[in-house]
Amino acid sequence: MKFDLILLRYGELALKGKNKAAFEQKLIQNIRQQLIEFEAVRITKEQGRLFVELNGQEMEPVLEKLRDVFGLVGFSPALRVESKLESLQQAALQIVQHAPNKRTFKVISKRANKSFPIGSQELNHQIGGYVLKNAQPIQVDVHYPELFVHVEVRSKASYVYGNDIVGLGGLPVGSSGKVLLLLSGGIDSPVAGFLALKRGVELQAIHFHSFPFTSERAKQKVIDLAQILTRFGGSIRLHIVPFTEIQTEINKHCYESYSITIMRRIMLRIAEEIAKQNGALALVTGESLGQVASQTLESMNTINAVTNMPILRPVVGMDKQEIMSLAKQIGTYETSILPYEDCCTVFLPKAPKTKPDQETAERQEARLEMERLVREAVEGTEVMVLSAEQEDEFSYFE
Amino acid sequence: MIYLDNSATTQTHPDVISVMTDVMQNLYGNPSSLHKEGVKAERLMEQARKVIAKKLNCHPAEIIFTSGGTEANNLAIKGVAEQLQHRGRHLITSKIEHPSVYDVMRQLEQRGWKVTYLDVDQWGHISVESVEKALTKETVLVSIMHVNNELGTIQPIAEIGQLLAKYPKVLFHVDAIQSFGKLQLAIDMAQVDLLSISAHKFHGPKGIGALYVKKNIQLAPLLVGGGQEQGLRSGTQNVPGIVGMAKATMLTDRHPDFLQRSYEWKKAFLDNVTRNLDHILINGDTTTEKAVPYIINLSFPGLKSEVLVHALENEGVMVSTKSACSSKLEVPSRVLKAIGRKDQEALSSIRISMGYQTKQEEMEQLAQVLLQVVPKLQQVMKVR
Repeated sequence: MKFDLILLRYGELALKGKNKAAFEQKLIQNIRQQLIEFEAVRITKEQGRLFVELNGQEMEPVLEKLRDVFGLVGFSPALRVESKLESLQQAALQIVQHAPNKRTFKVISKRANKSFPIGSQELNHQIGGYVLKNAQPIQVDVHYPELFVHVEVRSKASYVYGNDIVGLGGLPVGSSGKVLLLLSGGIDSPVAGFLALKRGVELQAIHFHSFPFTSERAKQKVIDLAQILTRFGGSIRLHIVPFTEIQTEINKHCYESYSITIMRRIMLRIAEEIAKQNGALALVTGESLGQVASQTLESMNTINAVTNMPILRPVVGMDKQEIMSLAKQIGTYETSILPYEDCCTVFLPKAPKTKPDQETAERQEARLEMERLVREAVEGTEVMVLSAEQEDEFSYFE
Repeated sequence: MIYLDNSATTQTHPDVISVMTDVMQNLYGNPSSLHKEGVKAERLMEQARKVIAKKLNCHPAEIIFTSGGTEANNLAIKGVAEQLQHRGRHLITSKIEHPSVYDVMRQLEQRGWKVTYLDVDQWGHISVESVEKALTKETVLVSIMHVNNELGTIQPIAEIGQLLAKYPKVLFHVDAIQSFGKLQLAIDMAQVDLLSISAHKFHGPKGIGALYVKKNIQLAPLLVGGGQEQGLRSGTQNVPGIVGMAKATMLTDRHPDFLQRSYEWKKAFLDNVTRNLDHILINGDTTTEKAVPYIINLSFPGLKSEVLVHALENEGVMVSTKSACSSKLEVPSRVLKAIGRKDQEALSSIRISMGYQTKQEEMEQLAQVLLQVVPKLQQVMKVR
């Protein structure tokens, strides 16, 4: 018997009452998008359960893709068999044999179809006994089994499956509106983007590019990072803002100790403008508290003062270590640590103000043609649309 | 001309030549240069790396480009030996490895390392038990080839890997130069730490190869300098070669029936020649599970390999005597001696190796040519 379907579980959606149908729809749409390369695969819904029907497609690569879908709490390879005792026993045995390192198990039967002649308790016995006899040396443990064998008897067919593979959880991407992520080349901001995606947002990203102070490679690195995030978020619009003039102007006219504060304030002004143009309702940053000078509470106040738009800081509660390990998990770490200058590091002042105040910042900014600089940066912004099935840059390997 | 020396090298595929030509003309930047021409070359190289990583089912950062199979083998073995010498100075390999492994081991022996050269059985197989028996507390590396270049025997790489998984301090290197692209080997399942490949064995260009180095394994480099390839292989990367190798890797997928059809042709060929010729020996294994079909090794005791090669050449068929790299020396093959062949048998062997381009008629023709040439030579040499 070959696994022919994967049972999907999506817990949090159940809490969403009236919105459930829309959320479910979104989830199905996202899964379909994620599995688009597997032509035979279909997604079906049966009595409130979602299944991926493999139709002969090998299972492993499909499981691999499902691991990247937000909104899925878990999933398990399952067998669909006739509602007959022998078929259920054989299927249960197969589940056990596919979990080679498990020492103990327990059968949990459910009868949705009450006309099935054997009661759940009795069914547990009959199936468990069969497995015990045929899959030595596994033992039964009804309290803390390492493997749960689930048997669901329904009228048309029955389902047998083992332990859950843990999914990403969260909410389906696109179910919570749109946000704009300030994406630098660092470790934190891609993780912040990932965590925002986890809460179901549709993600756009903005990056500030200061050629020749920052290189082509630094820009490419950001494109690559956004590209990695498409694994979880489908397609991502990346806005690349020309930032060279603004940086040189700040450098020329403002106190060196305030340059970071003012740069961040201008970034927020531009980001807000681009967010509005694109229908995004919040900004997301990779800021954490106290990591660097611009991330003191005083600094956050002064920087934040230029916008009323909500700023989400998903990594604010995390240690650097935690952020790094999540970055490794989602595959952005290796790219983030490539050693190219970004615009935050090139103009790094020797002694940045750790407690900048708003009045000074405003006085400094008065020396700049703020309105023109922001407008020109917004107008000069280059937009790239990145999608999960991005074409390769070179066509040599087709 | 009938070319049956594909284990020595293969014809470069026209598509490989055309992408390489294009790269040489248009993407000649140094991948380490800062400007955009450099960036372009680097991106191209990284895309090529991905192609090869995908085929090996590993991470792109685990692929280190080298100048070919010999360098990959040298880097793997010397790199581990130097890096881990404080841990122990014992290495394990087999008696039938390619010289680029075997002679490296000999060299390290002269420098004070202990080396165990595992025996093989009469078919050319290493036993997993012999590997286990040879392990000591001093052992840092086991290096075993996937497919033997002279005999075509397949070694139990997955089983050895599983065994070595119990000894996390012992690294496992696999020379997959004769198998890559033809035979599947799941490096993750086989618990392989290092694996060598060479492009010109699968219709790629010469002068380029790669070493798979599993994440977190530290090696001492052979070449130092600009720090390319994560410091493991300094020297400006051979971008056209790398692209050519990636292209050739993609092309290997176009021959899903290669093994199956080679099995059939090999069987028909062997049936024919063994039925119709006297004094002929098949060297190595002929089962389908433990030997590849695309390498055939025969001995004609009493004749000389070199004479046979030239006699076949005269009829338009190119084959070789043991491995091409050492065929100019008049010494019996170490590999054939290891499977128990006598000198006379070992000195009379030829290797026939098929490639993707080999046709059924060519194998049939080879049999015909052998049936004509061999009895004549046997008469002259008074073989009875």
